[in-house]
Amino acid sequence: MKKPHIPVRFVPIGATIFVFLLAYAIGIANFRNFGSLRVFLNLLHDNAYLGVAAIGAMVVILSGGIDLSVGSVIAFTGMLIAKMIDCGVNACWAILLAIVLGALFGMLQGVLISTFELPPFLVTLGGMFFARGCSYIVNEEAMGILNNPVFNFIENKLEIPIGSRGLTLEFIDILYLVLLIIAIVFTQRTHAGRCIYAVGENEQAATLMGIPVRRTKIMVYTIAGFCSAVAGIVFTIYLKSGNPLSCVGLEMDAIAATVIGGTLLTGGVGYMIGSFFGVLVLGLIQVLIMFQGNINSWWTRIIVGALVLVFIFMQNLITKISKKSRA
Amino acid sequence: MGRFHHLKWPLVALGLLLLYNLIFKPSFFVVEMTADGYLYGSLIDILNHSSKVVILATGMTLVIATGGVDISVGSVMAIAGAAAASVIVMPRDVFAFAGGGANAMAFALAVLLALALATCCGVWNGFLTAGCGIQPMVATLVLMVAGRGIAQLITDGTIITFDDPYLNFIGNGHFLTLPFTTWIAATLFITVVLLTRKTALGLFVESVGNNEKASRYAGIEARGVKWLVYAVSGFCAGVAGLMVSSNIKCADANHAGLYLELDAILATVIGGTSMAGGRFYLSGSLVGAVLIQTVATMMYANDVNPAIVAVPKAVIVIVVCLLQSETFRSKLSLAFSRKAKGGVA
Amino acid sequence: MEILRTTGIEKQFRGVKALKGVDFSVDTGEVHALMGENGAGKSTLIKIITGVYEPTAGRVQLNGTECRFRSPLDAERAGISTVYQEVNLLPDLSVAENICIGREPRNRLGLIDRKAMRERARKALARLDIDIDVSESLSSYSIAVQQLVAIARALDVDCKLLILDEPTSSLDENEVNELFTVMRKLRDEGMAIIFITHFLDQVYAVSDRITILRDGQKVGTYKTAELSRVEMVAKMLGKSLAENGPQVVAKHDAAENGEIVLDVTDLGRRGMVHPVSFQVRKGEQVGFAGLLGAGRSEVAQLLFGVESRDSGRLSMHGKPLSSMFWSPRKAVKAKIALIAEDRKVTGIIPDLTVRENIMLALQASKGIWNTLSPKEQQDLTDKYIQLLGIKTPDGEQQVKNLSGGNQQKVLIARWLATQPDLMILDEPTRGIDVGAKAEIEALTKDLCEKGMAVIFISSELEEVVRDCGRVVVLRDRRKIGELSGEQVSLPNIMKMIAE
Repeated sequence: MKKPHIPVRFVPIGATIFVFLLAYAIGIANFRNFGSLRVFLNLLHDNAYLGVAAIGAMVVILSGGIDLSVGSVIAFTGMLIAKMIDCGVNACWAILLAIVLGALFGMLQGVLISTFELPPFLVTLGGMFFARGCSYIVNEEAMGILNNPVFNFIENKLEIPIGSRGLTLEFIDILYLVLLIIAIVFTQRTHAGRCIYAVGENEQAATLMGIPVRRTKIMVYTIAGFCSAVAGIVFTIYLKSGNPLSCVGLEMDAIAATVIGGTLLTGGVGYMIGSFFGVLVLGLIQVLIMFQGNINSWWTRIIVGALVLVFIFMQNLITKISKKSRA
Repeated sequence: MGRFHHLKWPLVALGLLLLYNLIFKPSFFVVEMTADGYLYGSLIDILNHSSKVVILATGMTLVIATGGVDISVGSVMAIAGAAAASVIVMPRDVFAFAGGGANAMAFALAVLLALALATCCGVWNGFLTAGCGIQPMVATLVLMVAGRGIAQLITDGTIITFDDPYLNFIGNGHFLTLPFTTWIAATLFITVVLLTRKTALGLFVESVGNNEKASRYAGIEARGVKWLVYAVSGFCAGVAGLMVSSNIKCADANHAGLYLELDAILATVIGGTSMAGGRFYLSGSLVGAVLIQTVATMMYANDVNPAIVAVPKAVIVIVVCLLQSETFRSKLSLAFSRKAKGGVA
Repeated sequence: MEILRTTGIEKQFRGVKALKGVDFSVDTGEVHALMGENGAGKSTLIKIITGVYEPTAGRVQLNGTECRFRSPLDAERAGISTVYQEVNLLPDLSVAENICIGREPRNRLGLIDRKAMRERARKALARLDIDIDVSESLSSYSIAVQQLVAIARALDVDCKLLILDEPTSSLDENEVNELFTVMRKLRDEGMAIIFITHFLDQVYAVSDRITILRDGQKVGTYKTAELSRVEMVAKMLGKSLAENGPQVVAKHDAAENGEIVLDVTDLGRRGMVHPVSFQVRKGEQVGFAGLLGAGRSEVAQLLFGVESRDSGRLSMHGKPLSSMFWSPRKAVKAKIALIAEDRKVTGIIPDLTVRENIMLALQASKGIWNTLSPKEQQDLTDKYIQLLGIKTPDGEQQVKNLSGGNQQKVLIARWLATQPDLMILDEPTRGIDVGAKAEIEALTKDLCEKGMAVIFISSELEEVVRDCGRVVVLRDRRKIGELSGEQVSLPNIMKMIAE
């Protein structure tokens, strides 16, 4: 009864990994030491904040929605933490508050989208404006975080004696990887996670099958808000400062990473590991161009745009093929 | 008032804002004439700064009316500005073929190239959406991401500054006491209004946006209509890009038009055009753009950091969405009817 | 043993009574076919049984106890599952997941146990004698298999009453037989199955009892073995065999020898319609008769270019029409007009005004620049409001606010404005009141007398017999015959369909 086929659902993620390996190969071919662990760890470290944000963005996109507020929530989180520390609050409390606020903010967006059936694009657009504006209200200029005991503690690196020079992991690297693993398990192995896929694929069918659509939608935006806040914390640790101007346009990078990671923007299809590779591909392109020196940095944008285009066409093609095989 | 019912709430909001200023900051309304013979003041600022959003919103309204969206306009503005700047700073002997009119020729070519490139970007977007059937948000995302890179390619990574009398005039000049930008915006707006209302284009756009399948059955070339509106949106972005780079006398690929697509979408939604497509209201988008700029200018006038204008924008978006949402309206009327019933007892 | 009983079910919608007191019952261990033309009330009845609607009156009893379902999920929990025509599962998820989602087996950590899930899915499918790779995505399998997966899901939720809604529309012969084997197996195990279909052969192949609905009422419940085909067709249409049908009014004779306007040879498309051939003459009204699903609308869609054809040559007035990129626009240029079925989807532009809807096709044919002046538009609107009796305060009403009949008239006005030579009407009188129906019938007749060629597709056979000088009969997606002149009569048509 089964028609002969290729496991079409693996093609996008396969393509993503292929692109990643290709980019890496180009790097190794052209630059000394590109294949070293240090380069990879730097790549991970520099993009950890985007990675965390992309997790949240992907969860929302899987459910068929979109979140434009990511960059602004990161900026707000940074400002909030910097300001609170400046006012003498213990950094741990500041971080905790930021996470709670981020999740609540996401939940509010989710309620508006789910209960009142407002378009996600516009609601999160409003969220983006709101969070960005609030960043300026907290403080109009960037604030540095200096000599904070908690932040200094976080600076401690984890040394793992593997390989010739040992593996050095920083706090934010570990945080990202841990969150990634949790996200992978969540989306693949929990009921709530599978509901996200169901809702993204066909809301009507999902309702008929007993899936709590409304609750799922609110959940995904809450998760996105949470991830944006954590990304903000990561970013603040990375830069040791808060800046209301930071991460302008980051939501588009997160979306691009998601698309390049093999996720369908209409929802229902995609693997969380794809977001990991998507983010790394983005980072790799930047690194390659930087290393090359004589290629100008703006090519990053053009190449990313072209990659997004390629993946979109691929997804379109796959959808058409699977529709044909169904008919 | 029937045909302009959609303007009711935006105009009321605008009126309230102006009323606030009248009471608390009457200097807002002061308009003076400079020695050079042009007007200035907060009201003139609103006219001037809202021009770019008016222009963008004009194209955006048509795109949204067909059920799509164009988030690439900011990046296209950067491309247009970069193209114009690159041409205008070329040494004049390149234009020697024009004889004594070399300067004018340089200007003309700069503008032409900018608008041509911008329109091509629009055609490209149309190709992806109408031609290939890709979802508009995704399709225009490509150019949004790549566009600034292309702009930097044109400027070779630098910020090109220029000081050409013709090009400077676009963004900084005045005509008949009013800023030239206002004239450009008005001309473009009126042209598009005529184009859509005096030809069948407006009807086709509304039809396609409201029920594309039935429009096809009626013999409308839906694909062509959609393609065209994206081209128009691109052209509008080109005009706005010229204005913006002229205003600051340089082409800044990174910052030109940043986030302006969102303002354009906001203006369109405030004006009554639904993101689902169908009926569109250019006059509404105009009022929406002016409303947004009024809020921003008020903040300037009151020494509030203009970046915080983002907060009232957020509130406006949510309020407009709620008002347009049937679910919200029905829940609200349900809540009110319960109260009424409770009150009677 | 009786498992489901509905008593006196009524359902009132705004202005229309869809069900007028239906008593219906299903037993365990039987396949019970539910039949009826469009508008008979089948889908409304099923929607009440499955909890999509609540009845305006009457009650539903499951195993003797009265129930009121508030949603399909409610009904599913009580043991009633539905498999829809479009399957309505999640194609990108795996087969196993589609069967188990919502009730996935968990391991000790609380996470989904994939292996156990696959086992359970395999077991459910094994009950249907099917063995497929359950970890593959649902979309990689054919519709026939997807339907079986939907049935397997129903079994997994402990379904006692299975409703199959038009399951065979997209299946080929082999797949239909496989489905029937599964159905018989389940029936023998005690499952109650309601089988909704319009394919007569299939009803006789697999069902034990048949309930026929007509006009919101139950005509009767019969043992399949005791009901002949002709009788069944007659009962579905509400006619008795003895009737001769309405007086066959003298048809426009000139049409017999008139010029051929449309010549169709072997028009077909795989999966839609087997190649059909026919001709339409000037001033002639050709009827397309057949039961639901016979393929009539599909022929119209291929003619008008809404779907591209695999085969077939068309010519208008002797001039061949190329099949390359044949589209509605080209059809309009060739002076063909189509008022399609389902006016909400293919016809009206709801937010636009009456005036805009009327002028739309005419304006589309003229292009963007050559506009109709406001006066021309107004004249057009006024003319047709008067001519067709469109009930609207003025031309500026939004079409969505008009009643169904008036919306239909607006559509007719739209196409009349293009002055076509051939007009195809697909179910023009469906869902509109009696008065408007009569008006539209008279209008069509008038048009023919003035020389227009008309193809009239309708499930109301009386209309077809009354007005059409020639009738093309279709069944199961192919043309099975043609009647003309005096041969056109109800009994003849019914016999042709039933054979």
